[in-house]
Amino acid sequence: MSKTIAEINEKIKNGKVVVVTAEEVIDLAKEKGISRAAEEIDVVTTGTFGPMCSSGVFLNIGHPRPRIKLGGGKVYLNDVPVYTGLAAVDVFLGANALPEDDPRNKFYPGEFNYGGGHVIEDLVAGKDVRLIATAYGTDCYPRKKLETLINIRDINEAILFNIRNAYQNYNVAVNLSDRTLYTYMGVLKPNLRNANYSTAGQLSPLLNDPYYKTIGIGTKIFLGGGIGYVAWHGTQHNPAALRGDNGVPRRGAGTLAVIGDLKQMRPEWLVGTSMLGYGCTLTVGIGVPIPILSEEILQYTRVSDAEIFAPVVDYSEAYPQREPDILGEVSYAELKSGRIKMEGKDVPTASLSSYPKALEIANILKSWIEKGEFLLTEPVAPLPGAESGITLKPLIERPIEE
Amino acid sequence: MDVSRRIVLHFPSSITGQPVVYRLARDFDLTFNIIKASVSPGEEGLLVMELSGIEENYDKGIQYLTEAGVKIQSLSQDVVRDEVRCTHCGACITICPTSAFSLEPKTRRVLFSHDKCVVCGLCVKACPPRAMRLYF
Repeated sequence: MSKTIAEINEKIKNGKVVVVTAEEVIDLAKEKGISRAAEEIDVVTTGTFGPMCSSGVFLNIGHPRPRIKLGGGKVYLNDVPVYTGLAAVDVFLGANALPEDDPRNKFYPGEFNYGGGHVIEDLVAGKDVRLIATAYGTDCYPRKKLETLINIRDINEAILFNIRNAYQNYNVAVNLSDRTLYTYMGVLKPNLRNANYSTAGQLSPLLNDPYYKTIGIGTKIFLGGGIGYVAWHGTQHNPAALRGDNGVPRRGAGTLAVIGDLKQMRPEWLVGTSMLGYGCTLTVGIGVPIPILSEEILQYTRVSDAEIFAPVVDYSEAYPQREPDILGEVSYAELKSGRIKMEGKDVPTASLSSYPKALEIANILKSWIEKGEFLLTEPVAPLPGAESGITLKPLIERPIEE
Repeated sequence: MDVSRRIVLHFPSSITGQPVVYRLARDFDLTFNIIKASVSPGEEGLLVMELSGIEENYDKGIQYLTEAGVKIQSLSQDVVRDEVRCTHCGACITICPTSAFSLEPKTRRVLFSHDKCVVCGLCVKACPPRAMRLYF
């Protein structure tokens, strides 16, 4: 049995497509058997909704009269600095950017109530945003100051371009020290009194396509409530990570770089987020459709939380010191039970990624496809697999000789 | 009849130097469990506590506080979840010392039980989308 994306798209247009979520496919495959399930199911939809720090927005704000060259100048949106190393009125707003007067961790742990991720949420919500800029002035761009409100409706482009999202598996964070830690994995209580994880597990896009056999460059996706595309493999993409017999990575592995028009996205799927003592970020909603081209692809999508394992890492020592040590592995079924056994202790668990929202995304994508509003795309190039030789390189520091 | 209620007391700066809580115990035979306190002489003060005793005495105690210029609020609505901002991630679950948050097993949505909340405020800053609000 095999299908092509073109055949699935015909079924979508004819209203005959069969779409199920990555949660529903687990029981369906058990019930019907792999062969029949692969025959009947055309698309499996995945979803994930969690803090994804390497996210940001390119904006072209339009030329004022007289003109100003923001490139090389300083620009703030709601007091949050944006990157201006581009042409006259293009800027880049990163999710982690903070107002210059934010006390950061000077009063530890810092609260980080408003930063780049929150500006992105405000833009998407259609709120006016304060732009304050200074520039050096040139013959062709004479202005040196610009203070104005901008709105996503009025500017030329607002493009979400997230250079690393949708991590294929991730650490479970714990704290072996005797003081509370404030990390990007949340508040970690001392002496192994909690364990935080961040994944949609059985619903997560890349855990349902472990070898990137369908998800590639050009794959059309649900991004922030609108349409987006996989632009590239994400930074730190590490296809060579340790894998189980089912092909599913047991460590952080593949990542996606994604792109889409912010103007058609929704604030409920791009949420400004504050990590106590760490910083600001953006919680991003992503859903990827997986075309069931063969029994093999269906096999991958029927993976369940009990078959996905994650490493438990100490964030008091091993993580900050970049030591490879892990305390052990646990399955997402164990994590989702609310407690794991670690170092002889019964440790309560919590998630930073929202499973109910991930499921909602998978269901929205499912309904788009069923209604014929969303056709699948053929990737124009695959994501690099283990054979690419790509690995995760550390930084080897070298002295700077004068 | 005995009563036990959780209340929030706001002290105007003029009376933060007075032994108000002590008088509740001595004059009205009430017992108190202080949940949160921020009282400095000469500044506006805040006290969150559980006050218990015979209903008649409790009412007299409350009357005494009101006459002394203390503003009293019921605790029940003090920590509130913004249902629009909550993403149901679950980061609050292990942070809360009284297990006021739990997961609805089937949907994995996060449930917030006001009854178990003691208004410690730990969840407010630990909530990534800042969905928990402290109202006084």
